[in-house]
Formats: sequence, C-alpha cells, structure tokens
Amino acid sequence: MILALSGKEVAAELEQNFPGSVVESGENSILVKSESVFAIAEYLKNTPELDFSYLTHISAVDYYNYFELVYQLISIQHKHSLVIKTRCYDRQNPVIPSVVKLWRGADFQEREIYDLMGVSFEGHPNLKRIALWQGFEGHPLRKDYL
Amino acid sequence: MEVDIVTPKHIYSDEDLDRTEGQAIEALKKSATEIIPDPDRWLEEELERNILLTSLDSILNWARRSSLWPAICFPACCAFEFIAANASRFDLSRFGMEILRASPRQADLMVTAGTLTWKMAPQVKRIYEQMAEPKWVIAMGACGISGGIFRSSYNVVPGYNHIVPVDVYVPGCPPRPEALIYGIRMLHSKISQRRNIEG
Amino acid sequence: MAIKTEPFVLNIGPVHPSTHGVFRMRATLDGEVMIDLEPVFGYLHRGVEKLAEERTYTGVIPLTDRLDYIASMTNNLAYVVAVEKLAGISVPERAEYLRVILAELQRIANHLIAVGSFLNDCGAYFTPFLYMFRERERVIDLFEMVSGQRLLYNFMRVGGFNQDVPDEFFPALEKFIRQMPRYIDEYERLLKENEILLARAKGVGILPKEVAINISASGPVLRGSGVEWDLRKVAPYSVYDRFEFDIPTGTVGDCYDRYRVRVIEMRQSLRIIEQAMKEIPAGPVKSDVPQLIRPPVGEAYGSIEAPKGELGFYLVSDGSIAPYRCHIRAPSLLNLTALREMMIGWKIQDAIIIFGSIDITMGEVDR
Repeated sequence: MILALSGKEVAAELEQNFPGSVVESGENSILVKSESVFAIAEYLKNTPELDFSYLTHISAVDYYNYFELVYQLISIQHKHSLVIKTRCYDRQNPVIPSVVKLWRGADFQEREIYDLMGVSFEGHPNLKRIALWQGFEGHPLRKDYL
Repeated sequence: MEVDIVTPKHIYSDEDLDRTEGQAIEALKKSATEIIPDPDRWLEEELERNILLTSLDSILNWARRSSLWPAICFPACCAFEFIAANASRFDLSRFGMEILRASPRQADLMVTAGTLTWKMAPQVKRIYEQMAEPKWVIAMGACGISGGIFRSSYNVVPGYNHIVPVDVYVPGCPPRPEALIYGIRMLHSKISQRRNIEG
Repeated sequence: MAIKTEPFVLNIGPVHPSTHGVFRMRATLDGEVMIDLEPVFGYLHRGVEKLAEERTYTGVIPLTDRLDYIASMTNNLAYVVAVEKLAGISVPERAEYLRVILAELQRIANHLIAVGSFLNDCGAYFTPFLYMFRERERVIDLFEMVSGQRLLYNFMRVGGFNQDVPDEFFPALEKFIRQMPRYIDEYERLLKENEILLARAKGVGILPKEVAINISASGPVLRGSGVEWDLRKVAPYSVYDRFEFDIPTGTVGDCYDRYRVRVIEMRQSLRIIEQAMKEIPAGPVKSDVPQLIRPPVGEAYGSIEAPKGELGFYLVSDGSIAPYRCHIRAPSLLNLTALREMMIGWKIQDAIIIFGSIDITMGEVDR
C-alpha cells in the first residue's frame, strides 16, 4: 500500500534545512514558496529516507488571483507519496523554476502548462508550445480566455 | 554506434519550421469560414435533361465504384470503426476496398475518420489536393459532419465541409461498420449515375 | 575509401501508414541511421479539459470516453474513481465486482490491438491483426450486450451503474473465458519463437530501469524495463486486493519484453475475471447519489491502472455542479518522453517498431 506522508512532519524537516521556504502545511500537502521549488525538490529526491524518485503528475490551476502548481511525488522504493504545491501571484508574466533536471518526466508536462496556462518555467531547455501552434494568441485554459 | 543524446543536432531551424506551420494554420483558419457546397450538380443535370447513360459510361462507372481505394486519414476514434469494417467480421474487401493506400496519389476515396483540428487542417487539405480526379469524400461520424461533441472547442473545425467538399455524410458517434457500409453503398449509387463522356 | 555522407531531414507523419494516429516526427538521418528526432504533437488537441469545465460531473463522462478511444471503459472508471474520492461516495459490492470484470475485459481488448499493430509494424502485414480483431469482436459483443455501444461506452456512473447487466451476459462471459486461452495459445505458437520477430524486436529500443523511473513511465513500458510497479497491487482501488494474480516484468526493457508483458497480462486478466465471476454477490448496482452531484470544496487525485499505464484525474471542486479544473494525467504522453533516447542510433525501420511497442493513442497524448 502506498502511504501518504503527513504534510506536517515533512514540513518540519524542510523548515530545518531551508528556513523560510514553507508557507503552510496541511495533512495532505505542503505549500512552498515558488523560488525554492527546485532546492526543495532536489532535497526530496536525493535524501535516502525520502527518495522521491517518481514524479507522477504536475498540474496547474488558475484561481483568479494566482496560479497554483501541484506536484505529486511517489517513492518507488519506500512506497510513500507526497504532494507539494506552489503559488505564483504574477498574472502578466508568471515564472517558476523548472524541475526537468531532476525528473525528465516533467518535460512535456511543463511545456503543456506553458502552452495552455501561460506559466513559464525557468531552466527548461526547450520551452515551446506543444499542443497548439506557434502564433496562437492567448492561453486557452486561463479563466479569462473567451 | 555511440551517439551523443544530449545536444540536439538539428540541421534545420525548428523555430522557422514551427513559425511557417503556424502561419499556414492561421491563414487557413481565416479563410475557411464558409461551408464548401456539396458536389450534387449531377442531381440537377439529371432532372433537367433526362439523360440516359451510354453503355461506355456504365462500364466506366461500374469499374470506378467496384474498386474504390481509400486514402489513409485516421485522426481519431472513428478510425477504429473503419479498421473494424476492414477486418475479419465486416469485410470491406468484398467491395474491392481492402487496400488502404498510404500514398494519396494512388487513392480515390477519403474517409474522414475523426475530429479535425485547425492544426491538422492544412495537412488534410494537402492530402485532398494530392488525390487524382475523380475523387470522393465520405464524412464519417458526428465530428466529421459538424464537429460533434467538441464543436465549441477552440481548436476544432466545425465539420470537414469547411475544408473539403463532401459527398456522403454518415452519422453516428462512432457509426457502426454496418452504417459505414451503407454510406459506401450510397456513394456507389451516386457514382453509377455520373456522366463521364461529354457531348 | 570512406564515403562522405550528409545528414538530411525526413518528416514522418502526421499521416502515416501505421494505425497509431496523427503523430509527427522530424527525423534527422545519416544514411539510414537516426541521429536526431523531434516529436511534434497537437494534431488532435480538442480541448477536452476546457470543455469539461462547462459540463456537469456526469456530463464529463462521455468526454472521457474519447480520450483513449480504444480502451474506453477504463477511462470512465478512472474519472468515476476520482469523483468518488472527491465527494466521498461509496459504491455497492456488486458494482465493484462488475467494474473489475469490465476493466479486465477492456484490458484484453486493448492488448489485442496493441500486439496486433506492433506485429503489423514488424512486417506481418495484417495477418496477426485480423486474427486479433476476430477476438476483439467477441469482447465487443459482450460490451454491446451490456451498454449498447461498440466503441465508446459511456457506461460507468458516479456511484456504480445505472442498470444491471442483462441475464445473457454471464453465460456468454463464461463461454468467452473458456475459449480465449486457446486463442492466446494459437498466437503464442505462431509468434513466440518466430525468427523474424526475435531478430527485429530483441535488443531493439532498450529503456533502462533508472531512465524508465525518471521519465515517469508506467504500464507495460515500466514493467518491461524490470520495475515491478502495478497500481492494482501497490495501491489497490476497487476490490483488486481480493484477487490473486501475477505481475509480469521484463528483464532488459526492449521491444520483445514489452510484447511479452502484454501477452502475459492478457492471461492474468482472464484469471482475474474467472475469480470475480465466482464471487460476485447479488444486490443493488448504484448507491444513492443525487442527480446533480455537488462535491464539497476541495481537490482529489484519483488514478487507476489503465491498459496503457497510470491514468489519473486531478479534480478541483468549488462546490458547484461543474468541475473547476479537470486535469488528466495521460500515460501515453509520459511514456513518450524517452522516445528520442530510445530511437537515436537505430535505423529508421527499427524506429517504427520502437514507436509501436510503446503503444500510444493520440487521443490521450493530445487530449
């Protein structure tokens, strides 16, 4: 059985190593600051007790004031899972560090979020539109598109 | 053989290719707002002049309709009903249609099996233009007729008749292979009344 | 005397003579060997996620059918499992067993097409394909008896099913289960030690274990590379923890391993269906769910082991009758991440086989 790790315990550990990066932590998920996403993800992947080697899913949601990105992580060796969230309050030009160097599965998913939501990823080697064509105006999945 | 897999070795500029493709799609999207009228001029001619076909016409029409070769154009779900119509149970080769030509220059029928998106539209138009005359189009499924369940989406063309002229419409989502065979038989009867020799 | 060669670009697709859909690859070739590959998607992007925000929760079910249009029951199941997790709805026992039976039948139907089109790409032009379609028609007959449709069923509902299966279903299912192993034996006899298949598929397109985990692969692609990860065993949903079945894994991660994994999975599916048929209880098939479902404010991620991999739905609800956000985790898109790495260094004929062995459906990749 996959055990969902408690957000509060992992948040305490993250706060020790990266002070100031955890905004809030609930039972199911941890909300972190968008600048420290890459550092925290690297820590979660490389620490042997946590060993989150499998990135299941990255998703982006448009709440009118901010964009929220949700990362679902799983450890195949220890069989536990965790959810990390981050928010981006800039609507004109949202930028979030990319995790492609850690998990290559994020490649197409981040390109799709850039294409449909307009969130750019810093450090992505090939950030182009994937589902729509170059020259398409706008980002369709935003709440204010048509 | 040892190949470096990290650095891309494009010898073309992929931004240029993407940009020209995007411009072609935008141009087609602006120009394809009207529905191309269905080619049914033969109906009016028939009624006006009360033509009887010559026996040469009948032989040519019989030859054409008995071996229609479909071109491959398989975007989406209807493709699997078309393939099932070709497979062991509903056998399309009894109508002479078992050869699915990969090259459109050797085909004369285009069965549009799937939803058409604006990104795919220029490619479908190119395939239609590459087919040699006489050629026919069957619009298969609800997505082919009017956009279907996806009609209000930002990327879906509301029906193939914005891009190519359509001869037979087969409704269904997806249409059963029996319905598709009925549509093909309707196309056969349409072909058998075609006037080939002028004058 | 060395011959000087010059690389050139070949555009494969979007319309090409294999049955995998509208997928385009810009391949840079040096002679016949590939040195670079760039996949281009989006030719079937229909905007399903945007359309789902305008429909009620039950109204999204026909849209989910059209994602992976070959295996439509498991798409419905993934979405319904996610909505039930979001709203906290439980499902009666008989409905759970029926869900398992229909999902495993769908897995058999999907793997028949996957194996058939893989062999089609290998050069056995249409013969195994027609054999597999003969069996697939029997499974489709069973589904037509249950739901009335041949391809896109729209059959699962939040809370179970709208109506029970008809009386003829279980005798027909019993007959199918007794006859199917003989057909799989027939395929094995023709194909397992076939020299041409071994020469073309063994050692071709290797995906190592660490790379498979890093690219978030799932399904037969991950299991073919040697990772024993199947959501039906690791995180059982529905009543899968009551059945006994094995998880086949490959050793090397080449095309031949993925093909073997799919054939063995078909046999294991028959085993699960047999056990489920014996234990299925009588009773209601739908729990008491209102007509318009209004889940509480929150979010949920529900996933199942679909035939192509892990299919998941991330749903966000704001208390109204339509989902606020419905994001689909498509297994085919993630399995394609390592395409470039798997194909570079091979000839162009091998590239078609490698692409066929991953088994994708463009409706899922593009959504």
